[in-house]
Formats: sequence, C-alpha cells, structure tokens
Amino acid sequence: MLSPLALAAGPASPADLLAARMQMGLSLGWHIIIACLGVGMPGLLLFVEWRAVRTGDAEHMLLARRWAKAIGVLFAVGAVSGTILSFEMGLLWPGLMDVYGQVIGVPFAMEGIAFFIEAIFLGIYLYAWDRLPPRTHLLSGIPIAVAGVASAFFVVAANAWMNQPRGFDLENGRVTRVDPIAAMLNPATPPQTIHMIVAAFMVAGFGTAAVYAVGMLRGRRDRYHRLGFLIPFTLGAVLSPVQIVVGDYAAKFLAEYQPTKLAAAEALFHTRTHAPLSLGGIVRDDTLHYAVEVPSALSILVGFSPATLVQGLDRVPPADRPPVNPVHWGFDVMVAIGFFLLLMSAWLAFTWWRRRDLPSTPVFLWLAALAGVAAVVAVEAGWIVTEVGRQPWIAYGRMRTVEAVNPAPGLWAGFLIVVLVYLVLTVATLYVLRLMTRAVPVRPVAPQERA
Amino acid sequence: MDAAQILLVVMWVGVTLYALLAGADFGGGVWDLLAGREHTNRRLIEHAIGPVWEANHVWLIFVLVVLWTGFPPVFASVMSTLYIPLTGAALGIIFRGSAFVFRKVSTEWWQRRLFGAAFAISSVLTPFFLGTVAGAIGSGRVPPGLAAGDLIGSWVNPSSMYGGVLAVGVCAYLAAVYLCDDAVRAGLDPEGFRRRAISTGLLVGLVALAGIGVLRLDAPGLFAGLTHRALPAVVASAVMGVASLGLLWARRYLLVRVTAVLAVTAVMWGWPLAQYPVMLPPSYTYAQAAAGPEVLLITLIVLGAGALLVLPSIGWLLLIQRRLPYDSG
Ligand code: HDD
Ligand code: HEM
Ligand code: HEM
Repeated sequence: MLSPLALAAGPASPADLLAARMQMGLSLGWHIIIACLGVGMPGLLLFVEWRAVRTGDAEHMLLARRWAKAIGVLFAVGAVSGTILSFEMGLLWPGLMDVYGQVIGVPFAMEGIAFFIEAIFLGIYLYAWDRLPPRTHLLSGIPIAVAGVASAFFVVAANAWMNQPRGFDLENGRVTRVDPIAAMLNPATPPQTIHMIVAAFMVAGFGTAAVYAVGMLRGRRDRYHRLGFLIPFTLGAVLSPVQIVVGDYAAKFLAEYQPTKLAAAEALFHTRTHAPLSLGGIVRDDTLHYAVEVPSALSILVGFSPATLVQGLDRVPPADRPPVNPVHWGFDVMVAIGFFLLLMSAWLAFTWWRRRDLPSTPVFLWLAALAGVAAVVAVEAGWIVTEVGRQPWIAYGRMRTVEAVNPAPGLWAGFLIVVLVYLVLTVATLYVLRLMTRAVPVRPVAPQERA
Repeated sequence: MDAAQILLVVMWVGVTLYALLAGADFGGGVWDLLAGREHTNRRLIEHAIGPVWEANHVWLIFVLVVLWTGFPPVFASVMSTLYIPLTGAALGIIFRGSAFVFRKVSTEWWQRRLFGAAFAISSVLTPFFLGTVAGAIGSGRVPPGLAAGDLIGSWVNPSSMYGGVLAVGVCAYLAAVYLCDDAVRAGLDPEGFRRRAISTGLLVGLVALAGIGVLRLDAPGLFAGLTHRALPAVVASAVMGVASLGLLWARRYLLVRVTAVLAVTAVMWGWPLAQYPVMLPPSYTYAQAAAGPEVLLITLIVLGAGALLVLPSIGWLLLIQRRLPYDSG
C-alpha cells in the first residue's frame, strides 16, 4: 500500500517544488488561452455560418470558412496542450491524485466524453463541409459548441473542488465513502464555472475582434472586416456588464468560504469593519504601501454595509497565508480590465445607438485591438488569484501543495525543458496563425457553391 | 464480475483502441519520415490521418482519466516513477499534433519540411517512450508508492527497450497495412505500402520472437504468464500475424486489415491476462488499488451514457472519412 509516509516525504528539494508549481502554472496558463477560444469560437462560427446559409451572403461565408480554418489549428494545439495537463496531474502531483484522484475523477470522466464529442464532430465539420448539405453541416457544428462549454464546466468543477473539497471521509490518510457528485457540485462550482465560461466567451469575442480591428487600422475597412469586427465584439460587449456582476458574486463567495484568499486579494492584514478597498500598492513586512484606498468600500461590497466585519490575513498563522503581492495585483488587474472592457462596450453601444456605426476615431480601434489582449490578461490574472490565493493548500484545508508534489529528484530539469518546448510552440503557433491571416483570402463563395 | 473488474476491462478496451487507432496515426508519421521523395505517399498519409487523429488521440486521455479515477494509486505510482519517459511521450505528443496541423496550413516548402520533420520524428519517439513504460510495468519495476521505483533503471532496461521497439514496430506495421487499403481506394498504387507492410510484418514478428528470450531473462513473471495462462492469446497473435503476411502476399487488403488488428489485439490482451489480477507486478493487485464502490459505479454509469453518445458519432465520422474523395485534402 501507499503510505501516508510517502506523502510526507514531500519534494526532493525546494527547487523541485517551485519548478513543479511553475510548470503547472505555465502549462495551464498556456492551455487556458487556447481553451477559451475553443469554448467561445465555435459559437461565433456557427452564428456567421447560420447567417450565411440563411441569407446566402458570401462575406459571412468567407468569415465562417476562415474562422473554421483557424479553429482547426487552435483545436489541435488545445488538444495536445490539454493532454500534457492530464499527464502533469500525475507527473507533478501524484500525492494529490493518489489520495483524491477518485474523488475528482468523475467530472474528468465527463470531460473526456465531451472531448470525444468535440474531436469527432470537429473532424466531420471541417472535413465534410463540401460533402454535407448546408443545414446538416450547420447542425454538425452544434455538438462542438455544446461540448466546449460542457468541458469548461467539468474541468472548472474539478478545480472548484480544490477550493472546497467535499464528498468524502478520511480514514488513515485514505478516502472512504466518496460521493463524487457532491464533490463535483461543491459550493465553489457555481461562481467559478459561470465566471469562467463567461470569461471564455469574452476572450473569444474581444480576441477575434482584435484581429479585424488591426486590419481596419491598416486601412482595410471593407464590409468583410467590419463584420469580422462587429459580430465578435458585440458578443464581448454584451457579456462585459454580466461579468462584473458574476465577478462580484465570486468575491462574495470568497468572503464566505475562502476569506483568506479574499484578504490576500485585497491585501487586508487586519480583520476589521469599515474595511477599505485598496488599489495597487506593494506589500512589504506585512503592510500594504502606496495603495489608493477607497474607505469602507470592501465592507460595503461584501455585506452591503460599512459595518460589515471583513476577515484579514491575521486570522490564519503566517504559514497558512498565500503570497500576497501576486494575488493582490492579479485581482486589481482583473478588475481594472473588467471595467476597461465595460467602458469599451459602452462606447460602442453609444455610437451605435446614435449613428448605427462604429466610433469613427482610430483611437477606438486601437483600444479595441488592446481589448483582445486585455481579456486574455484578465483571465490569467483571475487564475493567479484563484490558484496562488489558495496556497499553501492544493486542496483547501485538506492537503498542502508540498504533500502532493512528486518526490522524484530533478523536476527542475524537466521544467526547463518544458519551458523551451512551450517557447517553441508559442512562436510556431503565432507564426502559423499570422501566416493564415496573411494568406490570399479564400475566394468568397455563396454557401450553395463549393469552395 | 465486480465493478472494478468491469472498469479494468473498459480501460483496457481504451488502451487497445488507442493502440489500434492512434498507433496507426503514429505509424503514418514513421512512414512519412521514411517517404523520402515520394510525396504522393505523404499526401495519402495526410489524407488518411487528417479527419480522425484528434478523435483517436482522445482514447489516451480516456485511459488516463479512467486509471486515475478507478485505480488512483497505480496512476500515482506509474506517473511518479516513470516521469522521465512519460514527459518524453507528452512532449512528443505536443510536437506531433501541432506540427501536423501546422504543416497542413503552411505554404512554403521550407515550412513544410520543418514541420514535417517535427511531425515524423515525434511520431517515432512517442510510441517508443510509451512502449518503455509498458516494459517497465510488465517487468515489475514500478513498485506501488510515490516515485518508489528507480528513476532511470525502471525504464532503461531490456524489457523496456523491447517494449519501445515493439511499439514503434507495431505502429509502423498497422499503418502500412491500413495504407494499402487507403491507397487502393484513393486510386493510387498500393505496391509501395504492400512491400513495407510485408517487411515490417516480418521484422516485428522476429522482434516479438526474440523478445520472448528477453522477457524470460528480464521479466520471468510476465514470461511465465505469457507461456501459461495467456498462451492462447500469444498463439492467436502468431497465427493472425502469419495469416496477415499471407493475405498481404495475396493482395487481400481489406481482409488483412482485420487479421492485423486481431494480431495486435491478441498481444495487447495477452499481457493483462498473463499478470491478472496483478496490476503492478510482482504483487500489487487491482483490488488493492481500486477506488471506492460508489466511485466505480458512477464512473461506469457515466462511461456507459457517454458510449451511447460517442460510439454512433464515431461511426458517422468513420463513414464520412471513408467516403471523402482523395483530392479533398
Ligand atoms: C475576461 C475575464 C475576466 C474579467 C473581466 C473578470 N474576471 Fe474574475 N476571474 C476570471 C476572469 C475575469 C477567471 C480567469 O475566469 C477566474 C479565475 C478562476 C475563475 O473561476 O475565474 C476569475 C476569478 C475571480 C475571482 C476568484 C474566484 C475564486 O477563487 O473562487 C474573483 C473574486 C473574481 N474573479 C472577481 C472579479 C471581479 C469583481 C471582476 C469585475 C470587474 C472580475 N472578476 C472580472
Ligand atoms: C486554466 C486555467 C488555470 C490556470 C491559469 C492555473 C494556474 C495555476 C498556477 C499559476 C498554479 C501555481 C500556483 C502556485 O504554485 O502558487 C497552479 C497550480 C495548480 N493548479 Fe491551476 N490553474 C488553472 C486551472 C486549473 C484547473 C482547472 C485545475 C484542475 C482541475 C488546476 C489544478 C492545479 C494544480 C493541481 C496545481 C498545483 C498545486 C498548487 O500549486 O496548488 N488548475 N495553477
Ligand atoms: C479552466 C480551465 C480549462 C478549460 C476551460 C478547458 C477547456 C478545454 C477545451 C474547450 C478543450 C478543447 C480543445 C480546444 O478547445 O482547443 C480542452 C482540451 C483539453 N483539455 Fe482543457 N481546459 C481547462 C483546463 C484543463 C485542465 C486542468 C486539464 C487537465 C488536467 C485539461 C485537459 C484537457 C485535455 C486533455 C484536452 C484535450 C482534449 C482533446 O483531445 O480534444 N484542461 N480544454
């Protein structure tokens, strides 16, 4: 039998633990960008294809064809980068999987089914375009979009379990009486999954729009580019206000269930009423310096009243506190971007209401191009809040990260190789995607014609 | 059969399908590497793999997830002890998948060469590493426990090398067999792949025979199992292997697909049969590793419901793939 002793062995060296954490962060941070596009883009694609089939409009069809081509590449890269993650769950965190693999396995099994559906229908959708009647082809794309959202739900539910471990009893270091459904539907699941799925659609919307914003800045202001910009940007714009409400829900969830994480996100060291909202600043010696404070704002956000008591980091011993600076900055960056994206959406909504047109100034397009990058940064920042803010726990309150890591020596060497591989992969992916935007445009054809 | 046994069988069906389907995709990469200037072959390989490789690849994820859900200590032990070859396999998977699609959309000659080389080389390395993992487990070098086995010796040893070479050989063989039939349907000359299928078939057969000697010295437990309880599977595999050679000789390409698949399936099932009920030789059994009964039951239900969705879809995909005209890319 595996003994709890093996777990207590911990990492071969502190450098190995650090390497394992950085490797997990790097590969997740990489995968999530592609995954967001994989969740959101099929929906956009089906929308333009549906319009093309309904109206016979060649420009919509051209957009659909080109997005489909991009999705073909992105899905392949998403699939392989996701596979690495499945390996890494065991390569890096065997201690977690040994004890809790069975508790969080069920959402992963469901995710596996969703992956099958995605991969199968993607094969059909991409390769049989000219062989299927337009309507059947459109229908064959729907499972891709549904499975993308479903897989995001399942994997984030597994992550939510790490924040709120439920659904098992522990006896002598082994789990018993496992209830996989209770584990999957833990209290962190609703706020996290909703927030993540909305974020994925925002990344897909603002990200795709950014490509066409750049094109329009280069003077290509034809109808094709306007559509390519407007359709996805509208998706992002509609979701921006929603996301702020959901984010607020996530923060209220933290206040109740993971107060330490919220305290780190707000760099709040002392438990108090009238807790201020602190923007920016640097933490040194357990104090926040140079921050802009909005008096009592945090108390009001958490409990609708300045008299609300907000827990500070002083409630847990120093050994149980996460590193404050990255969590605090991650949170502020995410929230700042949330409001920036909201402003951009309002700007478009305003000029559309007045003149049925985009804002005419190039500044708008510049900022819209930036919004694509900003949405990605917000997702990364949000995940830093979630994951680093959970430290030193891998399963909150149950297992520490150092207990979970692979005790084999040399993890840092593996990490260096992985960094190199991801560098090459990043360069190659960007290069190929750029190549695809540059290639001679596919000839516009009406849906009833063949490409 | 109890729930753990059923899940074990389901998992092994996944392993087998991964070997038969994704294995052939890897083998396609091997032939791509050796295709030299024969670009028609390369195009045929691309045509055959294109629509299906992602779906085939998901079988690996399926197996990993079932393993860590159903038999978590085995997953933890294997992944932690064998992290070096498994990292190698993971990186190979990254390069293989991404280089394949990158090559497809590249237009310039040098880009296609670069991505093609990455695709082909990683198609050899990945099955090799996975084969060493099989050899490590089969020869009892992965004890239960976190990184409890030797980090290097566990996969650098005669059984693992045998496993690695055999895996690459089987992939190449399957691919060559499938490609004969694909070539006929694409209206191309299948002789090249027929020649390759016959020569790799002979080679893999010889390696498999020689391997019996290796296992006898290096993995006596597995050897004993293969020569006793699993003997029927081993014999069946040999018979099917010989039959496949005959069918290739007679140019019966559709039938040889069946016999080649059966030959590989028989070896794949011979191994667990030989060591059952042990999962990590010499003595760690599936029953010791199995997850709680609630987990096993719910996992089986989820997979059953999933199969109802997935299997008809796969059927449709394969049907469409077989009907795709060759020049449609
Ligand atoms: C487009 C992306 C995006 C935007 C604009 C926002 N977020 Fe966010 N946020 C995420 C993308 C994201 C995320 C990457 O999706 C996270 C990481 C984990 C998760 O579930 O969602 C996240 C996590 C996250 C958490 C931690 C949840 C946890 O650990 O359980 C909180 C408290 C917030 N967010 C709050 C907000 C607030 C108050 C926002 C308002 C402006 C906001 N987010 C905008
Ligand atoms: C895709 C978005 C995600 C990102 C960007 C992300 C980011 C990170 C980062 C930065 C770390 C290192 C934290 C630290 O060591 O301080 C980490 C750790 C980890 N994450 Fe996530 N994460 C994501 C989603 C997930 C999901 C969905 C799961 C599992 C279902 C998961 C599982 C883990 C595990 C097991 C660790 C290692 C243990 C730890 O450091 O706590 N992550 N992640
Ligand atoms: C918030 C985090 C995550 C989201 C939203 C997400 C979503 C997705 C989506 C939509 C795909 C489909 C392929 C694509 O779109 O390119 C995908 C692929 C994949 N993901 Fe993730 N994922 C996340 C994190 C993880 C984690 C933590 C793991 C593993 C532990 C993982 C494992 C995989 C695997 C194995 C694939 C490949 C599936 C295939 O072959 O089709 N993902 N992910």
